[in-house]
Amino acid sequence: MPSLKDMRVRIAATKATQKITKAMQMVAASKLRRATAAAEAARPYAERMERVLANIAASVGNNPGAPRLLTGTGSDRSHLLVVCTGERGLCGPFNSAIVRLARERANSLAAEGKHVKFLCVGRKGFDQLKRQYEDLIIETVDLRAVRQIKFEHAAGIGQKIIALFDAGQFDVCTLFFSRFRSVIAQIPTAQQLIPAVIPAGAGGSDGAVYEYEPDEEDILAELLPRNISIQIFRALLENTASFYGAQMTAMDNATRNAGDMIRRQTLTYNRTRQAMITKELIEIISGAEAV
Amino acid sequence: MATFHFELVSPERLLYAGEVSQVDVPGEEGEFGVLAGHAPHIATLKPGLLTIHADGGPQRIVVRGGLAEMGPAGLTVLAEQAIPVGEIDPAMIAQAIRDCEEDIADAENDMSRDKARARLEQLQTLKAALGH
Repeated sequence: MPSLKDMRVRIAATKATQKITKAMQMVAASKLRRATAAAEAARPYAERMERVLANIAASVGNNPGAPRLLTGTGSDRSHLLVVCTGERGLCGPFNSAIVRLARERANSLAAEGKHVKFLCVGRKGFDQLKRQYEDLIIETVDLRAVRQIKFEHAAGIGQKIIALFDAGQFDVCTLFFSRFRSVIAQIPTAQQLIPAVIPAGAGGSDGAVYEYEPDEEDILAELLPRNISIQIFRALLENTASFYGAQMTAMDNATRNAGDMIRRQTLTYNRTRQAMITKELIEIISGAEAV
Repeated sequence: MATFHFELVSPERLLYAGEVSQVDVPGEEGEFGVLAGHAPHIATLKPGLLTIHADGGPQRIVVRGGLAEMGPAGLTVLAEQAIPVGEIDPAMIAQAIRDCEEDIADAENDMSRDKARARLEQLQTLKAALGH
């Protein structure tokens, strides 16, 4: 049975924790606002890019000389899984949900006898994956020191992936990240990067015949690597927004839970205190009666 | 004067969207002006100055790398980097020129060296145009 003093210390500690989680929730809320604004600002570029790419791909797509980034290597024996996670924890199931999706994909590919490799963006995903797949992780990208994600960071990752592709390290590349739906819903998503997926019906709808300068192949050769960087950039921004959303929800839960605990602990404390007073009174009264 | 819809987007934000009368675009194979009713055309960009002629005088924006698409809906410029002339930092261009010179020095074959040289020339033209 803890003494009254122990109980007072426990209550004070829980209150301190509640203050921290409350502060973290408020910080996450303000960062979330900035992160969603950034994710929305990046959307027009990705959309226009998709449209232009679809237009050009429609006119070049079936040529035998089309770039391999568009058509693939013709095999799907080895896969690269690019897993984008956060750099910090305390955000509920955000990181593990992405890792779980990637792990399921890796296991099902391995069951089909295919080779799987990982590229980890973000420390948390690396920490979780290295337990099981240490020797399959070929690269890690650390964005811990980055305050605001810029296009250059995504372009750097894109160049790494393309260099690996050119070196024949893999045939198919898939990106894993969390799509930001709302504060309470973040959806872990897998998206194929290489070979490029051209959304059906996105291009050629206006029926315009374009003139190209320089020719289609040159533009396509420049456009495809940039498209990969754009997709990664978009994924990283969505991830940041999802991260703060998840953190906000998790910290809100923690604050509420701490409130419940404080209420319970205070109740027990008061009960114990009253029990002790009652006990002392009984002792005094029975002592007085005995005299 | 006839106007058309123009959009300038960089990966980080939408810089300009609206009706304009003319846009001068620094194309990889030469600068060109776009007026309303231009034929459908897709061109890559070189580092240079993009000038927007709209109500309230011309606006100059430095763009680096990207793509211009003229379609029936208007002109869309997808720039890898786009900074209004007023906000540009001379040190940034100097840095880009230094990087380019390093690329020339490290180039493994003639093709990539030629490419880097052409880029350097474009950057120096841009620097001169800005008057730094």
